Amino acid sequence: MGLINVTINNQTIAVEEGTTILEAAKKLDIRIPTLCYLNLEHVKTVNGSASCRVCVVEIEGRRNLAPSCATPVSEGMVVRTNTLRCIKARRLVVELLLSNHPTDCLICEKNLNCELQSLAAELDIRRIKFHGVRATHEKDISSKAIIRNMDKCILCRRCETMCNEVQTVHVYSAVNRGFDTFIAPALNLPMDKSICTFCGQCVSVCPTAALTVVNEARDGGHGKNGSCS
Amino acid sequence: MSNFRMHLLVCGGTGCTASDSLELVKMLKESIKKHEITNEVEVVVTGCFGFCEKGPILKVYPDNVFYITVKPEDAEEIITEHVIKGRKVERLLYVEPNTKKRLEGQKSIPFYKKQIRIALRNCGFINPEDINEYIAADGYQALAKCLTEMSPDEVIDTVVQSGLRGRGGGGYPTGLKWKYTRQNQSDEKYIICNADEGDPGAFMDRSILEGDPHSVLEAMAIAGYAIGAQYGYIYIRAEYPLAISRLEIAIKQARKLGLLGEDIFSTGFNFNIGLRYGAGAFVCGEETALIHSVEGKRGEPSSKPPFPAQRGVWDKPSCVNNVETFANIPPIFLKGPAWFKKIGTEKSPGTKVFALAGKVNNVGLVEVPMGITLREVIFDIGGGIKNNKRFKAVQTGGPSGGCITSENLDIPIDYESLSSIGSMMGSGGMIVMDEDNCMVDIAKFYIEFTKDESCGKCTPCRIGNTRMLEILEKITKGNGTEQDLKDLVELGDVIKDTSLCGLGQTSPNPVLSTLHYFQDEYLAHVRDKHCPAGVCQALFSFRILPEKCVGCTACARICPAHCIEGERKKVHVIDQSRCIKCGACYNTCKFNAIEKG
Ligand SMILES: Cc1cc2nc3c(=O)[nH]c(=O)nc-3n(C[C@H](O)[C@H](O)[C@H](O)COP(=O)(O)O)c2cc1C
Ligand code: SF4
Ligand code: SF4
Ligand code: SF4
Ligand code: SF4
Ligand code: SF4
Ligand code: FES
Ligand code: FES
Repeated sequence: MGLINVTINNQTIAVEEGTTILEAAKKLDIRIPTLCYLNLEHVKTVNGSASCRVCVVEIEGRRNLAPSCATPVSEGMVVRTNTLRCIKARRLVVELLLSNHPTDCLICEKNLNCELQSLAAELDIRRIKFHGVRATHEKDISSKAIIRNMDKCILCRRCETMCNEVQTVHVYSAVNRGFDTFIAPALNLPMDKSICTFCGQCVSVCPTAALTVVNEARDGGHGKNGSCS
Repeated sequence: MSNFRMHLLVCGGTGCTASDSLELVKMLKESIKKHEITNEVEVVVTGCFGFCEKGPILKVYPDNVFYITVKPEDAEEIITEHVIKGRKVERLLYVEPNTKKRLEGQKSIPFYKKQIRIALRNCGFINPEDINEYIAADGYQALAKCLTEMSPDEVIDTVVQSGLRGRGGGGYPTGLKWKYTRQNQSDEKYIICNADEGDPGAFMDRSILEGDPHSVLEAMAIAGYAIGAQYGYIYIRAEYPLAISRLEIAIKQARKLGLLGEDIFSTGFNFNIGLRYGAGAFVCGEETALIHSVEGKRGEPSSKPPFPAQRGVWDKPSCVNNVETFANIPPIFLKGPAWFKKIGTEKSPGTKVFALAGKVNNVGLVEVPMGITLREVIFDIGGGIKNNKRFKAVQTGGPSGGCITSENLDIPIDYESLSSIGSMMGSGGMIVMDEDNCMVDIAKFYIEFTKDESCGKCTPCRIGNTRMLEILEKITKGNGTEQDLKDLVELGDVIKDTSLCGLGQTSPNPVLSTLHYFQDEYLAHVRDKHCPAGVCQALFSFRILPEKCVGCTACARICPAHCIEGERKKVHVIDQSRCIKCGACYNTCKFNAIEKG
């Protein structure tokens, strides 16, 4: 494979064809915040939904910002990751996510272990500018292993990639459209009626508390299907 | 068409069918039978003439007499007077509104004068359900020429030279797209015709498919030969039953004559076409979403690259083109790329079909050369604004285009010019607005549409458009602030800058362009809590002017809320607290004594 020269924040590097801007930046020790992106190297699978738009960067000659996680470099590409335009856009995108998110970090299972929370902290978000309706969904506590709380879902689609492409069980897909979109098993069945094998892999990749495992002591369940080996 | 002395071309487009044109056809045929002239005259059901406003349309060929608003009961008179006695039925001719003169020829009607028909060349001229009529109009000759006289590279060069650009919205050079798809090696490739046409009010593509389906099939086969594909899909919305049935008939007829199928023109080239139905989601017109939908997956866009030319249907190189783009292909081969390039402008050659709608006198489908001004389209072809109202703005580019004001009416219509003033060509929607339209309300309407049509995949479009709509609702209810206007700009800019697909990348345009050109109107809403156009219910009221009211009691009698009081011959008064702002009194008062504002 040929090598491609790309310049990121004034540093030039030659990388293999097909490398994304995000990967090239990493080689230069340039950090670009991400949220939906997930590289499961051990199983050679990438969650490439490019849906969160947190990782956007500026490319010279391109009209709009580009998701660095899903944009391959091309010869002579000049990228900037830290311009005011990028930073403002990134912050606003996270603010929008937060405007549609319950603010109950203090009593949330993922508190201090949540990618959305730490991203908001990293971007120094101290207020949410836009307020409006919040999508609400019934919590799915039907199964003895996994709790689905779609109110906390940010539609990163990692669970879908994990379950469909890695585990090949195909439990999840997106339902509805626009603001009402959420992730659910086929026909929006509750987890215990779905084809889920309760391997727990989706829970392990979920960046928020949208998917969590039943905690017997706390939830009073009898986690028979607790986890897979 | 040669055996008959005369042809009666009756519009079978969706508009005219709805106003009973098929019943007219039946009556015409009965009358022809009755007068025993069945071997002299033939009735042909055609596609849309574009002048749907004045439908049903009947054109007499070869006399070239153009009748409008023809009713089934007019059939007998047309046959006895025009067909048999050769006397025109004057009352069915178009009346020029200024001179009040009756015009007989289609070309003399102002609506048609400035039009040039390339994509619509056969619409309203041939019977779309008869392949022989298409062939008689030089149909499938371009395909024959490509297959027997030209190499695929020569075919692509011809399209490149013509300068044809995609008519589906993006304006990407068609020849280049074919070239890239050809360059990507693969055992299988696909041609896709995008007939999703999701813009509200648009019907360009539907009319082409209904009026001239073979031109699209022929062009798809040419494209298949050029890029090395043997199969094509037409992705059409299921709500287009007439277009679907005409396509099905056309495909069957073309296969029967060997113009589709195996070994076309004995050249060894195979090409087949299948239909795929869209469920009517606007975003499924976006090419990557369309491809996923064809594959049976959720109609959701994905990041480009990879472009369809690299990885399209079933991960194979695919070439997606719009219906109207395809309809331009056969004439380019028959008349040559130089002919095409001469029409329109340097960077945007050819014509564009627009669905002219809104507050113009002549709504309908118009095909005009690129470079024509908006003024010519709205005032010459469209016949100006309805009811002599004042022109306010024109919205081009469908739900995510921008609003253009009178100061820009003289710019030439082409891809670059429209983008430079905050709008876009889009697929050809053109909605005219007059002084009675509130631009805040218009912006709200469009963002509501795009918000509903967002696929929900990416954050800025999914949540951002909802927030924009909420702010606009707040403003139209009278609770807006000047900060809200700033927030709209900030939100809009970021949604455009960060969204995944073209839907989100353009959805803020109506808001941003109206904020730019009609700032005063927004300010009136937030500062003065007043809607100058009298549309936003919370921000205007009806008042009876004491100096004009004669006390006729008409308003009080019509008011559904019973909130107008006053004795006969005395000044009447509206109780504002109970008024529901229905406007009935305003429309009823003969003395202009009721003011809206
Ligand atoms: C939200 C959205 C909707 C679209 N809808 C259509 C459509 O209905 N018909 C169409 O031809 N192109 C539509 N497009 C453009 C297509 O993505 C694509 O560019 C086009 O079909 C390419 O054909 P062309 O090059 O011949 O224009 C849409 C794009 C977006 C972003
Ligand atoms: S999921 Fe994360 S951001 Fe959401 S409430 Fe829990 S800890 Fe907070
Ligand atoms: S736990 Fe169920 S839904 Fe989650 S990855 Fe495993 S099979 Fe799929
Ligand atoms: S449930 Fe979790 S992993 Fe799945 S899309 Fe939502 S946030 Fe992402
Ligand atoms: S911009 Fe809108 S329609 Fe396009 S992918 Fe994002 S959410 Fe879907
Ligand atoms: S606007 Fe309607 S409700 Fe109000 S006063 Fe007039 S007629 Fe009555
Ligand atoms: S991390 Fe790149 S779009 Fe989400
Ligand atoms: S449908 Fe008849 S003129 Fe358009």
